Amino acid sequence: MERVLKLEKMLNGIGAAPGIAIGRAIWWKQIQPVVTEETVQDIAAETAKLAAAIETATAQITELKELTAQKMGEAEAAIFDAHLTFLIDPAYTGEMKNRIESKNKNASWACKQVTTEMHTMLASLDDEYMQARADDIRDVGNRLLLILAGETPFDPKQLQAGQVVIAEELTPSDTAQFPTGLAGMVTQRGSKTAHAAIMARTLGIPAVLGLGEAIDQIENEQTVIIDGNQGQVIVNPTPAKQQEVAVEIQEQQKRQQQALETASEDAKTEDGKRIQVFANIGSPADVETALANQAEGIGLFRTEFLYLENTNWPTEEEQYEAYKQVLQAFGDKPVVIRTLDIGGDKELPYAKLPKEENPFLGHRALRFCLDEPEIFRTQLSALLRASVHGNLWIMLPMVENPAEIRAAKALLDECREALAAKQVAYAEDIPVGIMIEIPAAAIHADVLAKEVDFMSIGTNDLAQYTLAADRGNEKVAHLYDAAHPAVLKLVQMTAKAADKAGILVGMCGELAGDLALTETLVGLGLHELSMSATAIPEAKQSIRKTVTDDASKLAEAVLQLEDGEQVRDYLQSK
Amino acid sequence: MVEKTVTIKNPTGLHARPASLFIQKANGFPSTIHIIREDKEVDAKSLLGLMSLAVKQNDQITIRAEGKDAEQAVESLANFIEDLED
Repeated sequence: MERVLKLEKMLNGIGAAPGIAIGRAIWWKQIQPVVTEETVQDIAAETAKLAAAIETATAQITELKELTAQKMGEAEAAIFDAHLTFLIDPAYTGEMKNRIESKNKNASWACKQVTTEMHTMLASLDDEYMQARADDIRDVGNRLLLILAGETPFDPKQLQAGQVVIAEELTPSDTAQFPTGLAGMVTQRGSKTAHAAIMARTLGIPAVLGLGEAIDQIENEQTVIIDGNQGQVIVNPTPAKQQEVAVEIQEQQKRQQQALETASEDAKTEDGKRIQVFANIGSPADVETALANQAEGIGLFRTEFLYLENTNWPTEEEQYEAYKQVLQAFGDKPVVIRTLDIGGDKELPYAKLPKEENPFLGHRALRFCLDEPEIFRTQLSALLRASVHGNLWIMLPMVENPAEIRAAKALLDECREALAAKQVAYAEDIPVGIMIEIPAAAIHADVLAKEVDFMSIGTNDLAQYTLAADRGNEKVAHLYDAAHPAVLKLVQMTAKAADKAGILVGMCGELAGDLALTETLVGLGLHELSMSATAIPEAKQSIRKTVTDDASKLAEAVLQLEDGEQVRDYLQSK
Repeated sequence: MVEKTVTIKNPTGLHARPASLFIQKANGFPSTIHIIREDKEVDAKSLLGLMSLAVKQNDQITIRAEGKDAEQAVESLANFIEDLED
């Protein structure tokens, strides 16, 4: 046997989906067929070859589209419509045929040339939407070339449960074919918002993306440890390290399993105060995980996926279907759907939003929607129509003053009237609430509370605005911690204002799922916590161990500390 | 041969959804239809062709058709462009 000294190597990337896993690496590589220029005699045979390849590609993409629609929902599947359109486009496949006929060239050569030209053309346009189509055309072109070469694309059936997929980049065509039970994903390119990241979070497996050139150090069949919390990949871990991680994973699973056994019961504190534990979801595909983890409702349904994964403004029908799907799945349980929160770091290519000097303090979320009533009305109508299928609550993001709430409600009333005129049914008394994420809204919560049925604190933005620190900026990231006492004071102010007004108050930011803070959050007076589904069972356990009086005292003590680090140290020492 | 020149009024120009709808409309006519912007001419039934023109607000384009229903085609497509709002 070959004796090679294999060294443990640590590679750093971006932790894009949480969790720790260990498994064998498998490279997901699309074969790039070698294309040679040939002069052909039998032109009819060559064009027939092209036509057959187009037909096969159409069948493959249609199947992928259906598969994606089933697994991820219609909105995610829409991306394949663009692929199908290209296959019948005279400037694309039509031009390939031209090249064969006018230049006596082989089909593969014509395909490669035209694809390259179209890719260059689209990528050069000063427009993000068009640039995204450039990737689509390359995807379609590669598929045609593989079919023409008689090759089959990397067969996803080779993938097995327990493996870690290593790839340069993962496209929707790739992830749609993943089997269940994969251990994790690692990619060369990509960020937290990349398609692969969303997919990994949906599947509940860890992902480390954006490894860069370092990814080349991973070879097929090597053992890798992937830590999605820290954004680290360990290649060839020593037996001791493997043992250590295996124990950690086992403990993690055991804890989760134990918590899951009691998760179906409501979470009440020792002295009997009920705290509702909801799930945050990003698309109808997340419903299954939320239900499996016994979410008592949805505390935040982000609707951006409908907009971000679409190539244009989603129609009322598309939105209605997505909302209906989630509402039906949850029956009587509340589903809080947040209206469009675009702008800030979430760009929408087709919206052509002008660049802003300071996007986080700019024209985003509700501010944008109130200025684009047509876009907003489409969403509100879809929500109203879907409301008959379950227990819908509507939540407005980035509210700063009562006038904004009234303006949104006026639009909602207009939509109600329009639907009533068309005799379309909608639920009466849909609760309308707001997100508290601007410090002014927290400070002024007593005034805002008069206009709404519930409030939910979005800690990610609230912390960044309160602390004036961008956690994505490594020079100031250490200043960002949602557990900072100043942020927690705003949480307490909001909770007190809600209690005085007799309305529900919850939290749907990342802090809500931070198990170290659960008791403190109960002590600050929150009624509901909404988090990523997998954190729910353990959060319920923490709540059951809490006594409200002690929690209030703990919260008061925490509010006196200096910063987030002190808060975390203090809570750990308790 | 029938042709008509129109100005794009909507702020986002002729891309994304407007472009897809335009293509669908154009494909409904058997006539051969072309779009001309400045010195570039593309097939009006090709989404990629239309995208490559990168038609923006206030641009002028000429719709040219040849065939049995050329007149209706030009009329209908010109109206579509003039009615674009978003």
